[in-house]
Amino acid sequence: MDGARQWRTRAARYSLLGAYCGRCDKPEFPPRPRCPRCGHETTEFAFSGRGTVYSYSVVRQGPDGFADQVPYVVALVALEEGPLLAAQLTDVEPGELRIGQPVEMVTRRLRDDGPQGTVLYSYKFRPPRGWQTAPSG
Amino acid sequence: MGGSAIIGAAELPVGEHWMKSLAELAADAVRAALRDAGLDRPDALFVGNMLSGELTAQQHLGALVADHAGLAGIEAVRVEAACASGAAALRIASAMVEAGVLDTAIVVGVEKMTDRSGPDVTAALASAADADFEVDQGLSFVALNALLMRRYMHEYGVSHAAFAPFVTNAHENALGNENAMLRFRVSAEAFGEAKMIADPVNLLDSAPICDGAAAVVVASRQRAEGRRGASRAVGIRACVSATDTVALHDRSDPLRLAAVARSAGRAFETAGIGRDDIDLLEAHDAFSIMTVLSLEASGFAPGGAGTHLGESGVIARGGSLPISTLGGLKARGHPVGATGVYQIVEAVRQLRGEAGPAQVANARLAMAQNIGGSAATVVTTILEAAD
Repeated sequence: MDGARQWRTRAARYSLLGAYCGRCDKPEFPPRPRCPRCGHETTEFAFSGRGTVYSYSVVRQGPDGFADQVPYVVALVALEEGPLLAAQLTDVEPGELRIGQPVEMVTRRLRDDGPQGTVLYSYKFRPPRGWQTAPSG
Repeated sequence: MGGSAIIGAAELPVGEHWMKSLAELAADAVRAALRDAGLDRPDALFVGNMLSGELTAQQHLGALVADHAGLAGIEAVRVEAACASGAAALRIASAMVEAGVLDTAIVVGVEKMTDRSGPDVTAALASAADADFEVDQGLSFVALNALLMRRYMHEYGVSHAAFAPFVTNAHENALGNENAMLRFRVSAEAFGEAKMIADPVNLLDSAPICDGAAAVVVASRQRAEGRRGASRAVGIRACVSATDTVALHDRSDPLRLAAVARSAGRAFETAGIGRDDIDLLEAHDAFSIMTVLSLEASGFAPGGAGTHLGESGVIARGGSLPISTLGGLKARGHPVGATGVYQIVEAVRQLRGEAGPAQVANARLAMAQNIGGSAATVVTTILEAAD
């Protein structure tokens, strides 16, 4: 990712800052200056960082920039305020995962942008401390 | 009443064309389709392509392909809509012919993917998704399909094995297509044991990376009917494009492909036919989950019941809704920006009765559905055999 784009999206990446449409009464993530449903101008909205796993996958062949990190876990997280968000899961074993489990946001190193580039940080999600998978069987 | 028709069609074998450039592949398909149509020079050229900039550092394909195909000077432009680029180009060409702006047009879909390494191609394919908030988090295009498949299996209690018939059917059908890339049978057992790419999507859930080019010549229906060889013309009854959000996370229900529903619904309306009237369907089986979700959104099965079509044999050549009749994306191959045109060429072969051992008996009406990204652009085309 180029530096300008990283800078432009920093509030969403580091603080999970989204948008809110007053006309639709709905929060949005990622943030947009205009509501995708009605075109109304949005205002800032801070998400709590809490949600549940809507779906997940273990990536075993990564795209350029992530190929050296495989295997890693990606997910769609249903934020408790409503929207879905795509993110990596961290501090989990793939075998322990299940759809519907609670997760919370943390800030983590995402990847390096080449030897001279900046280190890119972003949100990732993990099971809350003390949360245990229900015993199976 | 106007309308347009396909008066020429050709496809190159799908595979690894190391000795041919992107422009040469496109030009070969253009010349072959013009020869099939008995036409020297169309009024305009539309090039469907997704990745020429990313993988071959070449843009400006309209002028480039016109030049290499011996058509220098004509109107020519490239159309891009991720994996739906091919049919999106047909949509524009047929609309311009139907509007009387052009008498004839040629549409070529072309893609050159095998010059580059796997991670490069994986990254290029991911450009169909949201760069800022999907790809940048490390999601590959396969991973997005994997998220859909896992959720589908969870929500409807469907096993991975239930997807096997779509894969075994495509490979079986490819045996009858000399232009298909993967001409071998795949058993349900082999499907279940294939190497994982992004759980639960494995190698045999996915269409292969490859090169290819295919082309069709479009003319007004009136002109098509007045020509020699009119019996080989194929009418375009509908060609309808629709969009959805590019990012999966921007949808309220990712398992409901809204653009597929809109595009297919309006295509049936435009053609004035029902789903039962379709004799064969060239589905966008880039991933087996996409096949199932698109069958459901197109109205061929209720939500959660798409895999039943595979289990019951409906989709086989002798069934009531044969799909991927010449191998589909899965086994013919998926040269991404060219795929939409391959689907049209193969539907034309079926409707002309020129599909050889893969021929669907008495095929009169065919549907082809070309899907870009996570079904963010969808083009549904309904074709009809000449009387």
